[in-house]
Amino acid sequence: MTKLIVDGTEVDVPAEYTLLQACEVAGAEIPRFCFHERLSIAGNCRMCLVELKGAPKPVASCAYAVKDCRPGPNGEPPEILTRSGTTKKAREGVMEFLLINHPLDCPICDQGGHCDLQDQAMAYGVDSTRYGENKRAVEEKYIGPLVRTAMNRCIHCTRCVRFLAEVAGVPDLGAIGRGEDMEITSYLESAMGSELQGNVADLCPVGALVHKPQSYEVRPWELSKTESIDVMDAVGCAIRVDARGREVMQIEPRVNEDINEEWISDKTRHAVDGLRAQRLDRPYLRENGRLRPASWGEAFAAIAAKTKSADPKRVGAIVGDLAAVEEIYALKTLMGSLGVTNLDCRQAGEAIDPAWGRAAYAFNPTIPGIEDADAILLVGTNPRLEASLLNVRIRKRWRMAPLAVGLIGEAVDLTYPHTYLGAGPETLADIAAGRHSFSEVLKGASRPLVIVGTGALSRPDGAAILAAAAKLAKDVGAVTSEWNGFAVLQTAAARVGALDLGFVPGEGGLDFAAMAEPGALDVLFNLGADEVEIGAGAFVIYQGTHGDRGATRADVILPGAAYTEKNATFVNLEGRVQTTNRAGFPPGDAREDWAILRALSDVLGKRLAFDSLGALRRALYAEYPHFAALDAVAPVDVAATVETLAGLGGEANRSSFASAVPDFYLTNAIARASRVLAECSSLARTRGLEAAE
Amino acid sequence: MLSDQDRIFTNLYGLHSPGLDEARKRGAWDGTKFLLEMGRDWIIDEMKASGLRGRGGAGFPTGLKWSFMPKKSDGRPHYLVVNADESEPGTCKDREIMRHDPHLLIEGCMLASFSMAAHACYIYIRGEYVAEKHALQKAVDEAYAARLVGKDNVHGYPFDIYVHHGAGAYICGEETALLESLEGKKGMPRLKPPFPANMGLYGCPTTVNNVESIAVAGTILRRGGAWFAGLGGKNNTGTKLFCVSGHVNKPCNVEEELGITFRELIDKHCGGMRGGWDNLLCSIPGGSSVPLVPAEQIIDAKMDFDTLRGLGSGLGTAAVIVLDRSTDIVSAIARIAYFYKHESCGQCTPCREGTGWMWRVMLRMAEGRAQRREIDMLLDVTKQIEGHTICALGDAAAWPIQGLIRHFRPEIEKRIDRYSANPHSDPVRIAAE
Repeated sequence: MTKLIVDGTEVDVPAEYTLLQACEVAGAEIPRFCFHERLSIAGNCRMCLVELKGAPKPVASCAYAVKDCRPGPNGEPPEILTRSGTTKKAREGVMEFLLINHPLDCPICDQGGHCDLQDQAMAYGVDSTRYGENKRAVEEKYIGPLVRTAMNRCIHCTRCVRFLAEVAGVPDLGAIGRGEDMEITSYLESAMGSELQGNVADLCPVGALVHKPQSYEVRPWELSKTESIDVMDAVGCAIRVDARGREVMQIEPRVNEDINEEWISDKTRHAVDGLRAQRLDRPYLRENGRLRPASWGEAFAAIAAKTKSADPKRVGAIVGDLAAVEEIYALKTLMGSLGVTNLDCRQAGEAIDPAWGRAAYAFNPTIPGIEDADAILLVGTNPRLEASLLNVRIRKRWRMAPLAVGLIGEAVDLTYPHTYLGAGPETLADIAAGRHSFSEVLKGASRPLVIVGTGALSRPDGAAILAAAAKLAKDVGAVTSEWNGFAVLQTAAARVGALDLGFVPGEGGLDFAAMAEPGALDVLFNLGADEVEIGAGAFVIYQGTHGDRGATRADVILPGAAYTEKNATFVNLEGRVQTTNRAGFPPGDAREDWAILRALSDVLGKRLAFDSLGALRRALYAEYPHFAALDAVAPVDVAATVETLAGLGGEANRSSFASAVPDFYLTNAIARASRVLAECSSLARTRGLEAAE
Repeated sequence: MLSDQDRIFTNLYGLHSPGLDEARKRGAWDGTKFLLEMGRDWIIDEMKASGLRGRGGAGFPTGLKWSFMPKKSDGRPHYLVVNADESEPGTCKDREIMRHDPHLLIEGCMLASFSMAAHACYIYIRGEYVAEKHALQKAVDEAYAARLVGKDNVHGYPFDIYVHHGAGAYICGEETALLESLEGKKGMPRLKPPFPANMGLYGCPTTVNNVESIAVAGTILRRGGAWFAGLGGKNNTGTKLFCVSGHVNKPCNVEEELGITFRELIDKHCGGMRGGWDNLLCSIPGGSSVPLVPAEQIIDAKMDFDTLRGLGSGLGTAAVIVLDRSTDIVSAIARIAYFYKHESCGQCTPCREGTGWMWRVMLRMAEGRAQRREIDMLLDVTKQIEGHTICALGDAAAWPIQGLIRHFRPEIEKRIDRYSANPHSDPVRIAAE
């Protein structure tokens, strides 16, 4: 620790702190533009200049380390002045320089109201200009469908360049030109090739990069802001849902150090317009082969007529990717009271049995735990698309220190160097048997991590692959008393919660694929499963939000609420329990999903024992106590589960692994309804084709 | 005046061959092995004793700089980097060394590297110096062929030397920008600290020296630090290459003792002032980045670091630009302002935005199309740039204008008054590019 005097206050800070951190410890406010906690230090905006006693000129506090300060002549601690005349003059000078070529078009700038330059100009600027020359004019650049540029406003802080290069891991932005002709560009004006590109607009301290889909649409002060959780993938990023009236306008990231730090993927951010399009806003009933609008009463009556007459063995229920714990619990309870055992949530057909223990389907090391791993083996997964923010964490780990990453599956660009080991289960077997050089890497690592993707498990031989991976993890010492190095990478927000609830076939029950077979069932209750073809024969009740594949096959449609429209519990891939908060109401006659099931249970004569969300949660927590521990990952016995899995055995076939997410932008009904994501998807496809050529 | 036997660069004018044999006859590579055997500490002590101050502009004591390198390696290699990116307007001394006395430089590299435990040396040559690159490369090849340098050389100290060609950016003469450029990145200065002696090229301890500072090392060590210290004045010792350009009868490069007076320098070596001494307007004594000094102050001033600093200017690279009374001094400084605007790297705000602002105001002032109050505003802008930037280019851009306003404010005011006294239509406004 080093003593330091900041504006007369003595503080004791670690020597590796920067002066900016030290000043913040002392409570002094330091303005900044280029500095960002999660990016490398550029020190180029010069806004954070402070006076350091004894230094010949003001120093950039973001870049100057406490250990580089020299003590005074008599050994007094170094003294920093953040309110002195020198500091004030330096800041005003820099602010003036930033503003001389800035267009000052705040009234028509989307950044207005949450602009760092605007805010800091209020505090450190002067009221009039001395600049009489013409302002610089810079051409707009095309950098993709998600970020609009207004390069006149750019202050060259290079945060966007550093984000893409360091966090996103793509070299798509850079600065060309010199001096006042320096411009930020993608050079060929092609779209940025990152699934995290929206974050550059968040990072931009001015209005040079703004979100294109929302441009000219919103002002920050007219939005109501609701803190919530994302469900576009299983990571469960912390988001803030900004709504105007009942309409969700934008989704912004929120800080959660354990999950997404402060980034979100483009799918999370720009699925917003999907929440407005293709919505189911009233019940529908199929008559003479056509769906017609109906009342809730009619819809329930039709369901009751079919269900009451059906044999429970010919009734089934399936759960899709976006369902929350509450409605799955309600559905499971209702089906239980009807005596139905045909339940399944494993839409992709993953070979996972909750009876093996939670460790068999969760990301056991947790996301922050990735930073402790020293060798990673990816089996049948492309984390960049399946869990973008988890991939960011692996990249962060790789940037901290050398990290060996091996990949079995599709050969993809993970944004960090890795060894491509092979395409299918044979390579996994080779590594397990020690016939591959990478097995030495895993054995030599003190904290190896084996990550199995659901793509590898959603195949007929999925159980054998899970067993082989678990055995490998056990053999290389990935599971010890202080390290859980066996992980399954889920891709659906609903999955871990549903598996925790045991929403899988009971005694003699049919599984997902069997239920979808033509003629397998008489009545099928479909809670938001859109990625499955349901065969002819069954009377299908679809409860969901969008007129997507599931609704097309339905005989009765019950309109539910999307994740921004309900208070709901989701369990992320680590097993972390989190809740969304309602930012707006569902459209039209649509209702919260648990309430629909509660009302339906009444009609079916099997009334569920809860009348409110609170009562439902009390019942849920009584039965499954771990759901009560919000934002926490319940500890599980990974070693025992891995032992069980390793003993499963089985023979894997020779076909290659395929990722569970073939098209990143179109993984669920909300994303498929989004025009913005459709454009991104088509661009990504084109880029893929170009790359192949 | 420097006597001939005290000259270090005896082939400055290329009267003899720059080749190895001739260079040896002139004394290069003489007893280098003996000097190396004297040990690291002896070399550094001799350099300190010589009082040699860096010849690249800042005038930092060279021996002291060498002593900053870690005494024991922590496993990282050490590097010597020679800054031959000589781009300061008016300066052309390193050019002559590389053309005509390259072996002095190569020998100096060897000695300096040895004293810093560096086994590799990079010479970063300015992009425009194509002939010099070839000349230097030829000399390096000769040295390799004669096993004077190389992995296994006659001196018994493994040492490699590489000549690297820049791409023609002034900013790459800044030591950390030079290192970035050498690493293959964009030539933008680094934040300091850490200083290169701690984290330099490829993150390893590195010393960056000017060509002249390195090239004089061999002779200093051969003749002793005391000899060098005996030339010139206190704290401004030794000989220095002066590059005199501008309105003198015979512009030239010349090696002279530090502390020679301006008058003597011009009269003895440059055939005198064009149009006589009364015709002298001012001089920019250290390359374009130092403030100008008006005639009456410079004429009998000693040309050394401390005297010129006392005059509010600096010796810089000793590129003496002489301006006579025919000079449009405001336009001249406006042109210098354009140079800095053009060469600003664009990394940090004050320099990126300020150099263009200053140039545009200067351009108007050269015409007189300005307000009197803008003079003070311009001075204030230069102060806002000076000392607030990452590297010294901001200072270098600010100083010439500060010098102009300090000494020639009446001239600017006269123009403004003359312009405003005559009605002009406003020029058509065109968008900035």
